[in-house]
Amino acid sequence: MSQPIIAVRNVSKAYRLGAIGATSLRDEAARLWELARGRGSNGSHNASKEFWALRDVSFDVQPGEVVGIIGRNGAGKSTLLKILSRITQQTSGEITLRGRVASLLEVGTGFHPDLTGRENIFLNGAILGMSKAEIRRKFDEIVAFAEVDQFIDTPVKRYSSGMHVRLAFAIAAHLEPEILIIDEVLAVGDAAFQQKCLGKMDQVAARDGRTVLFVSHNMGAVQSLCGRAVWLDAGEVKQDGPTAQVIGGYLQTMMTLEGMPVGDRTDRSGNGPARLTDVLVESTDLGPVIRPTSRLKITLRYKSSERLRRSRFLIGIYDYTNTGIYALNSEGVTSVEPGLAEEGTVTAVTDPINLTPGRCYLNVALLTDDVTVDYLQHAANFTVSATDGHEEGFVPTRDWVLCVLKHQWSFQAQS
Amino acid sequence: MAERPRAIVDSGVISPLRTTHPHPFEVVLRPDAGWRRSLEFASIWQYRDLLSLLVWRDFVSKYKQTILGPLWFIIQPLSMTLVFTVIFGKIAGLSTDGLPPVLFYLCGQLGWSYFAQNFSSNSATFVANAGLFGKVYFPRLVVPLAALVSNLFAFAIQVATFVCFYIYFKYGRGAGGFGMDWHVILLPLLVLQTAVLSLGVGLVMSALTAKYRDLTHLSALLIQVWMYATPVIYPLSGFPVEWRSIAALNPMTPIVEAFRLLLLGVGTVEPLHIVCSIATTAAVMIAGLLLFGRIEKTFVDIV
Repeated sequence: MSQPIIAVRNVSKAYRLGAIGATSLRDEAARLWELARGRGSNGSHNASKEFWALRDVSFDVQPGEVVGIIGRNGAGKSTLLKILSRITQQTSGEITLRGRVASLLEVGTGFHPDLTGRENIFLNGAILGMSKAEIRRKFDEIVAFAEVDQFIDTPVKRYSSGMHVRLAFAIAAHLEPEILIIDEVLAVGDAAFQQKCLGKMDQVAARDGRTVLFVSHNMGAVQSLCGRAVWLDAGEVKQDGPTAQVIGGYLQTMMTLEGMPVGDRTDRSGNGPARLTDVLVESTDLGPVIRPTSRLKITLRYKSSERLRRSRFLIGIYDYTNTGIYALNSEGVTSVEPGLAEEGTVTAVTDPINLTPGRCYLNVALLTDDVTVDYLQHAANFTVSATDGHEEGFVPTRDWVLCVLKHQWSFQAQS
Repeated sequence: MAERPRAIVDSGVISPLRTTHPHPFEVVLRPDAGWRRSLEFASIWQYRDLLSLLVWRDFVSKYKQTILGPLWFIIQPLSMTLVFTVIFGKIAGLSTDGLPPVLFYLCGQLGWSYFAQNFSSNSATFVANAGLFGKVYFPRLVVPLAALVSNLFAFAIQVATFVCFYIYFKYGRGAGGFGMDWHVILLPLLVLQTAVLSLGVGLVMSALTAKYRDLTHLSALLIQVWMYATPVIYPLSGFPVEWRSIAALNPMTPIVEAFRLLLLGVGTVEPLHIVCSIATTAAVMIAGLLLFGRIEKTFVDIV
């Protein structure tokens, strides 16, 4: 067995909560003043303000492996990638990298809007670590992949966002690092281009023998690209093994979480003067049973310390490969004056959902003035059950398609 | 879902990883204790193409949407010279060491404006590049180094402007009492020292402003005050002798005076002042590198 190309040993990362956000000299002076007067209880006081984004994470990656990193938001995935790509530094532990690393934490950084596509390819390539000669050699390939040939001498500020992303990904995809780190690049771009990117990544991994670390919420993409997955939860490695197994475990836990009363869950974000306390999903006609053509009735219970003004509720409906299906927004109803009482329920009733049989889950959020007050992933789930009768017409299966579309056929004979 | 076969085996890629020798690109990332860190000069060399592209980016982006382009570098010192001539020369009646005021002020601004430009571009390194630094790794020092090089362009234009006026005054008007001699070949050394000093001060300021945002205001103020503490608009010879050594504690003082001495043959430069200035430059540079290196590794956490 060869040496691992990435060896992560007991890596931990602490953020000082008070220190996130720019410090000002005045704060620092005030702190020093307190210390000088012997008031600031330094040791224990500071420790309580620490947040451990990663705790004692260890794993090895062998050359040529494609490893998916999965986990909920805030589990430490991005922190891990930032440390691996040397953007920030761990608090303790050691990492050995035996190869050049290129990271695509966000594509298109370093693009200069006034420069042309051609100029930006060189600049961005160099930022990512390529030499001029290397870029020159790959130039035509990059342009062809990005499909921007006609606009190559146009300043990128005139590019559409799609072109922007395509060009950025094309540059990054043509790097030749031994280790490629990718974080959610595929969240952007149209479906056809996403497919192309996935294909390119597959090629990078399989044919060129490059090592890839891939962070994504898209379980489908992780499953199809990665042979192995590492599941991070609350900064620790929860499971590490073959992708199917790890994803299975992850999804299982997500479902268990959904069984918990919403009000008791702690894995939420938002600045918190109000809380969502309960989420209930049912159909308008059959109660707990939801059919492919049922209308959903989603009831959110909330509790707030003051009246909710200029607030709105957002509900996202996803399938279990984390594909977003629907988004519901209460703006214009709950946001009008005089606002909502301190405690109550809001109910959304939908049109027929037209979904194939299978499980779906909900993310819910409460926003005030566009600031997230409370946000909960996997707040509830529901299962669209298969129909027994034929009253709903043709219903395909979930592993084939996501939605059901009502339709009529007609027939004309050739005259 | 079948497990993907280890691609490296059949891809035919000759991997140096099969050996047990240290990998050519092996990097070990450890948290640094205290001030100790490697300064990664080797990796700066690896990224030399990035450095040249950054210089070129500055150049191209600066002129793409301007009408006058590089002419601004002539207009700026000329208008300042005009202001100085009227206010300090005519109204305040400050001495110009017996030199034609226009040449005196132009020459004083040569060294100073290169220093000041470097200082203001470098002191904002972290703040201005926060987005980029938060996403991609490359040796951060490449950015301030590139600024030093791209500011040289403006400096060259100003030197050319100065030479035109020099020729006009010396040969067109036949003014006497000044002139450069062979010592002028020392000028690059002086420019080098200016670059190193401005880099050092810029690095210190960039590290401090990354941590304390309010210092961005201070750095703008500092550079203005510093100019008046430097013999740009007045000659050092205007000071009583016993005060000159104190004035020369400012490392820019001997530099600006030396610019006049080399280019015009008139200036108050003492060997002790030069030694003192070089020592300060070295100390500031080392302090800058240390502070910069310390901040660059965790900078993204405090933004």
